[in-house]
Amino acid sequence: MSADSTSLLDALRDELGLIGTKEGCGTGDCGSCSVLFDGKLNCSCLILAPEAEGREIVTVEGIADGDQLHPLQQTFLEGAALQCGVCTPGFLVAAKALLDENPDPTETEIRYGLAGNLCRCTGYDKIVRAVQEAAVQLKTTSEQGA
Amino acid sequence: MQYAAPTTVDEACSLLADNPGSRVFAGATDLVPQMRSGRSEPSAMVDLKRIDRLTSVSHADGQWTVGAATPASDLTHNAEFVGMYPGISEGAGLIGSDQIQNRSSLGGNLCNGSPAADSVPAMIASGARAVIAGAGGQRTVSVADVVTGPGRTSLADGEFIVEFEIDDAPISTGDAYLRMTPRTEMDIAVVGAAVRLTMDGDTVSSASVVLGAVAPTAVRVPDAEAALVGSRLDDETLAAVAAAASAACNPIDDKRGTVEYRTQVAGVLAKRAVVIAAERAQKEPDLHVTNTHQLHRQRRADRLLVGRLHVAARCVAR
Repeated sequence: MSADSTSLLDALRDELGLIGTKEGCGTGDCGSCSVLFDGKLNCSCLILAPEAEGREIVTVEGIADGDQLHPLQQTFLEGAALQCGVCTPGFLVAAKALLDENPDPTETEIRYGLAGNLCRCTGYDKIVRAVQEAAVQLKTTSEQGA
Repeated sequence: MQYAAPTTVDEACSLLADNPGSRVFAGATDLVPQMRSGRSEPSAMVDLKRIDRLTSVSHADGQWTVGAATPASDLTHNAEFVGMYPGISEGAGLIGSDQIQNRSSLGGNLCNGSPAADSVPAMIASGARAVIAGAGGQRTVSVADVVTGPGRTSLADGEFIVEFEIDDAPISTGDAYLRMTPRTEMDIAVVGAAVRLTMDGDTVSSASVVLGAVAPTAVRVPDAEAALVGSRLDDETLAAVAAAASAACNPIDDKRGTVEYRTQVAGVLAKRAVVIAAERAQKEPDLHVTNTHQLHRQRRADRLLVGRLHVAARCVAR
């Protein structure tokens, strides 16, 4: 047994210095602490740090390809899909998970897929449009690659 | 607080026996918020997800075995399971967001003891059983006998649910789960209604009706089941189902819904769930839909439709 009630979120931020992941509610409702845990979208505030042993974790820091922003990051910037920005890392990770599973989502599927991420600034429309635009770009890239 | 991640059921039983005040967990989507708010202070957290049996789903010998700590999304993405148990899948698929779906489990949803637990009514309607392990060995009980009141279960200290057993649905059987929430997503049921029907032609030969969120535990509605069996689902039968469902309600009064509202909506949802279950029972299994992604999209579309129906129902109610 190990003595630890630290959340994965706190371990990422305070022990590893990966402060891209944000704390919103701390109860799994708002999604601002979203990470990919063994490839699956999760709230890092609900995960105990010791659970992460041997698991692969992707945070918002791992979405860009070096200096090259991920298409989602680029479309969020260009479409002003953020205001205060606290929810944005969670939205980016959740949107990446959504597009990884469903590269061609409808607007309805995007809205349901991001229902676990709350934004109190934008009213969501610009976020949805940024995800739609990123989906188009990713599709074009993958078609060109093929 | 101590953390432990046993890899066998026996090891977990020993840990629990040796550490009074410890709690088992799977997704901890209810337990962690309870701990952070000071409502629960376990001396140790025993993580069940490293035990293979707790996170595996198998289908053999006419029975599904679903590990109690299996994430809901593993079930709702399992085309074969969704095909046989669309109602249980609908319930499991309504527990929180995608983030929560990747953590929350049937075992946790049940043992948290919420009367509004979305996966529970359809599990009871399908006669699911819980295999429980503890220091004294294993025992199997009906899922209906696990929760005894809000936040309370019949499990003894040191016991936990290992897996659920669900018998294959007989031919011409369909199930359905509908819930009413003020929002279309990320909300707690004001009423939940699960129905399972077996049809013989256009006549109902067997029926289960179970309501959630309208009493201290999920409740069966024997009067609705009696009205359904032998019927051809005519308007009179559906009216009797609605009346019996409303009569079975003993709900709380809160910001999500008044007693009157919950009682009336329980009847409406039970009736609608009967219609959907009957359609599914009479439909040949769709062998062409084997793509889980396709099923997932269909489920989303169905949920949106249900959401719209709810909004329409609220408008009418006003």
